[in-house]
Amino acid sequence: MAEKIKTLDTPPGVEGPGFFATSLDSVIGAARANSLWPLPFATSCCGIEFMATMASTYDFARFGSERVSFSPRQADVLMVMGTIAKKMAPVLRQVYEQMAEPKWVIAVGACASSGGIFDTYSVLQGIDEIIPVDVYVPGCPPRPEQIIDGFMQVQRLASTESLNRRESEKYKQLLEKYNFLEA
Amino acid sequence: MALENKWVLERLQSKFGDKIISSEEPYGLLTITAAKDANIDILQYLYDDSELKFQFLTDITAVHYPDALLPLCVVYHVHSLATNTRVRLKFYLPVESPVIKTATVLYAGANWMERETYDFFGVIFEGHPNLKRILNVDEMEVFPMRKEYPLEDPNRVDKKDSFFGR
Repeated sequence: MAEKIKTLDTPPGVEGPGFFATSLDSVIGAARANSLWPLPFATSCCGIEFMATMASTYDFARFGSERVSFSPRQADVLMVMGTIAKKMAPVLRQVYEQMAEPKWVIAVGACASSGGIFDTYSVLQGIDEIIPVDVYVPGCPPRPEQIIDGFMQVQRLASTESLNRRESEKYKQLLEKYNFLEA
Repeated sequence: MALENKWVLERLQSKFGDKIISSEEPYGLLTITAAKDANIDILQYLYDDSELKFQFLTDITAVHYPDALLPLCVVYHVHSLATNTRVRLKFYLPVESPVIKTATVLYAGANWMERETYDFFGVIFEGHPNLKRILNVDEMEVFPMRKEYPLEDPNRVDKKDSFFGR
């Protein structure tokens, strides 16, 4: 039974009595990836699928998201789940702006990724019109396994990314594209 | 025990004879088309009368018939809880000045229903305490449910017309 439980692989490093030396990147990457606190921005049906994912059968908490946070200041991942209307768009943007670095965004479901089946005057056709998105999870609604898969991709991003991502040129250009003012 | 449609229609015609333009009964629901300046009078009569007692406002909405002489039609559904009867009232308005008296003087629930009708069709309810948009974005300048407004979002660049039969 013990071999079915997967524990975290230690990053490559030098081990000795009472110490373990490795690179800062790998340790902090591992710590970030395994303790991502999501902000469930659940507006419609995909939110219900997220509730199922958090519940015991699919148990989201084993990925480190034991504590979901509804305050953007304390969250790492913004999970947008559901249809975002154009009236809701400035609210979503403000929530994203209030999150502290490092932050990632998952667009769960067809409506958050591209407007879904609601190609109308009132629905925002994909949240990437207003905020940068890291992972898109397709589905209407996606099964909990797919939501977990999307989250694991964010874990991979978090563990392999450079520590000071916000200073990199590419990231600054991305923020400029979305008109986020430099503080 | 529901009131007979014929009986309700006779009562209304005896009181408002010249204002009632026409009536029909699609699927058994009495639908009366009347002149727009009589809307509060008719609603008030239906409310106060002790035998009719239509004191529950179910819905206020509108329809846009772009080719008709009077294109905008405001529709009221009133229900009598005591007798389990429903009546639909329709009032046609011109699109250049779509003004009609507000029903908030009679029903408190008409407040948001009239705001929604204003938001989507542009019908102006005079006397309404707070007639502004309720469901759409506040800065929207057009009325989306009118037939000339396109349904689909204009910002999509990746739609292939062949998939949509165009």
